[in-house]
Amino acid sequence: MTAALRILSPGLSTTIQDLGRHRFQRWGVSVGGALDPVAFQAANALVDNPASAGALEAMYCGPSFVVEADDARLAFAGGDAAIEILDNADAASGETIAPMRSVRLRRGQAVRIGSIRNGATLYIAVQGGFAVEPVLGSVATDSRGRIGGWHGRALREGDTLPLARAAASERDECRLDGFDLAPPRRFRVVLGPQSDWFAAAEIERFCAGEYTVSAGSNRMGMRLEGAPIRHRDGFNIVSDAIVTGSVQVPGSGQPIVLLADHQTTGGYPKIATVISADLPALGRLPVGAKMSFTPVTLEQAAAARRALFAVLAGIRDNIVRLSPPPSLVATRLLECNLISGVYDAAA
Amino acid sequence: MLDYRVLPAGDTALVVEFGDRIDRTLSAAVLALAQALDAAHIAGIVETVPTFRSLMIHYEPLVLSATALTARVEEHVQKLRARDVAGRVWHLPVCYDRRVAIDLDDVARRTSLTPQQVVERHCAPLYHVYMLGFLPGQAYMGDVAAELALERLATPRTSIPAGSLAIAGRMACVFPLETPCGWHVIGRCPIPLWDRARAAALLAPADQVMFVPVSAREYDTLQTRAAEGVLRVEPVSETAGAVA
Repeated sequence: MTAALRILSPGLSTTIQDLGRHRFQRWGVSVGGALDPVAFQAANALVDNPASAGALEAMYCGPSFVVEADDARLAFAGGDAAIEILDNADAASGETIAPMRSVRLRRGQAVRIGSIRNGATLYIAVQGGFAVEPVLGSVATDSRGRIGGWHGRALREGDTLPLARAAASERDECRLDGFDLAPPRRFRVVLGPQSDWFAAAEIERFCAGEYTVSAGSNRMGMRLEGAPIRHRDGFNIVSDAIVTGSVQVPGSGQPIVLLADHQTTGGYPKIATVISADLPALGRLPVGAKMSFTPVTLEQAAAARRALFAVLAGIRDNIVRLSPPPSLVATRLLECNLISGVYDAAA
Repeated sequence: MLDYRVLPAGDTALVVEFGDRIDRTLSAAVLALAQALDAAHIAGIVETVPTFRSLMIHYEPLVLSATALTARVEEHVQKLRARDVAGRVWHLPVCYDRRVAIDLDDVARRTSLTPQQVVERHCAPLYHVYMLGFLPGQAYMGDVAAELALERLATPRTSIPAGSLAIAGRMACVFPLETPCGWHVIGRCPIPLWDRARAAALLAPADQVMFVPVSAREYDTLQTRAAEGVLRVEPVSETAGAVA
C-alpha cells in the first residue's frame, strides 16, 4: 500500500511548493516556489529533508489530512497556528501543538490546522517529501501554467498525496529555537528599473508612505493601499521582464508588489524592487499588515543577502532535540505543568 | 555602437534596455545579446529573459557583482552583430473558420474589410517571435498589418480555448492554455505551443512563424492527432540574420 497523506479539507489554498522553477522564464514559465523560503527551509530541516524538497504551503487557513502510511514524520513552520493532532479522521478534538517542531504520526492519525495568524503562510514538510514528478526540475505548483505540484493545482478534498517514504526514521522529535518569523514593517528596496517614470516628489512619497496589504493579494502579487503614486507621463510601458519583488504602479497609483507566481512579463512601470534578502519576510506578510519601503544601495542589498544566507545556513544549528521524547500526552502534560512525578521516560 | 542603458531590477537582476518601443532592430539587439551571453557561459548569470526592447539578466550577486556584470555586458554589446541571431522558421496551421474564429466578423466590420481579406492579410506576413510571456509557451509575434491592429474588447472574455489565435494590437498571439482573454480571436491553431507532457514550448524568441490557413476538417484531423500525441511538428528551416 502506497504511503500517503489524504486531504480531508484543503484549507483556503494549499499547494505543494519548493524553491522554484528557475531558468525557464524566457519561455513564459513563472518561477513560483515558496512565498517564504525561510520558513519553508526550516520545515524541511526539521525532518532532515534537503532544503529544496517539496512541502505544503498553506495560506491563511490550514488543511486537514489523515496519515495513510505506517507512520510519518511531519514538521510545521511559519505563522502561528493551532495544529491539532487527532487520533483519527473523525475525532472531534485532539492534542494541540505549535509550529516550529516535528511530530511523528502513526497510520490513521489526522492533523487539523485552523487559521494562520501573524503571517500569511504555514509550511508542512514530511520526512522524505512527496512522491510527485518534478516538472522542469521543480515540484512547485504553478496554478496559472497548470504544471508541477499535485496536477498543477491547489489541493482538494480527497486528494491522496503519495509520500516518498513508507515510514519515519528512528530519531527524536525536534524543535527550532530562536527563529523570529514575525514580519517586519519596513522592506528594503533598490529603486528602479522605471523610477524615472516618477517625479522625485512621488518617489519620496513612495518611500515615506505607509501601505496596507489589501485583500486582493494572492501568490501572484501583493496589492497595497496607501497614498497613490502619480506617474510623470502615463502608466503603460512596452512590456518587459519582471522579477519577484518588483513594485509596479498601475494607473490607480496603488502599488502591487509581485510575488512568486507573477507573470514573467508586464506592462506597468516598476518604481522599485524589494531586495532579495527581504523577499521571504514579504512573502509571509498577511492581508491587513502595515508596511513601508526604504531605499538601499546594491552594496547594502548584497550585505543583506549574505546575512540571509548565514541565517539559512544556521537553521540546523538551532534545531534542538525535544527531550524527553514527545509522547503527545507527555508534551501536553509538560505544557500544563502537571508532569511532576507521573512521567515515565520509557513510556 | 548601439545605444543602451543598464537598470537595476533589485539586487539579483539587471535590465539592459536598448530603447522604449517595439521595433525589429531593438529586438535583434536584445536577442543577439541574449545569445551572446548564453554562449559565453558567464559564472554567476542564472538566466536571461528577452523582451521587446530589453534583456533581463538574472544573476547571483555574491558570485558576480552588478559592476562586473555591467562590464561584461558592455564588452558583449560592443561586438554585437544582430545579423547573427539564430532562430527557426515554423509553418503553423491555423483554422480561420467562423466556428473557432469567433471575432472574425467583428474584426472585418471594424476594419472595413471582408472576412476573407482579414484572413489574407493576417496570414501574409512572416511573423517574428519577439518574446514569450503571460503563459508558458505563449509567443508575441509581430507584426500584424497596421490595418488589422485592434485594441482590447470592451469586455474581456472569461475564457477562450487553448490554441486560440488573437490580434493583440500589432501582435499575433496563440494562447497555449485556456485563459481569460480581452483580445479579438480570429482563429485557432491545432499545434500545441506548450507541450504539457514534455513541459516544453514549441516556439522560442527569434523564431519566425508563417500562419498557413487550413479548413475546419483539416483542423479537426490535426487536432485529433495532436491530442493523441502523434503529431510531429518540425521547423521548416533554421535561420540566421533575418530578424531586423
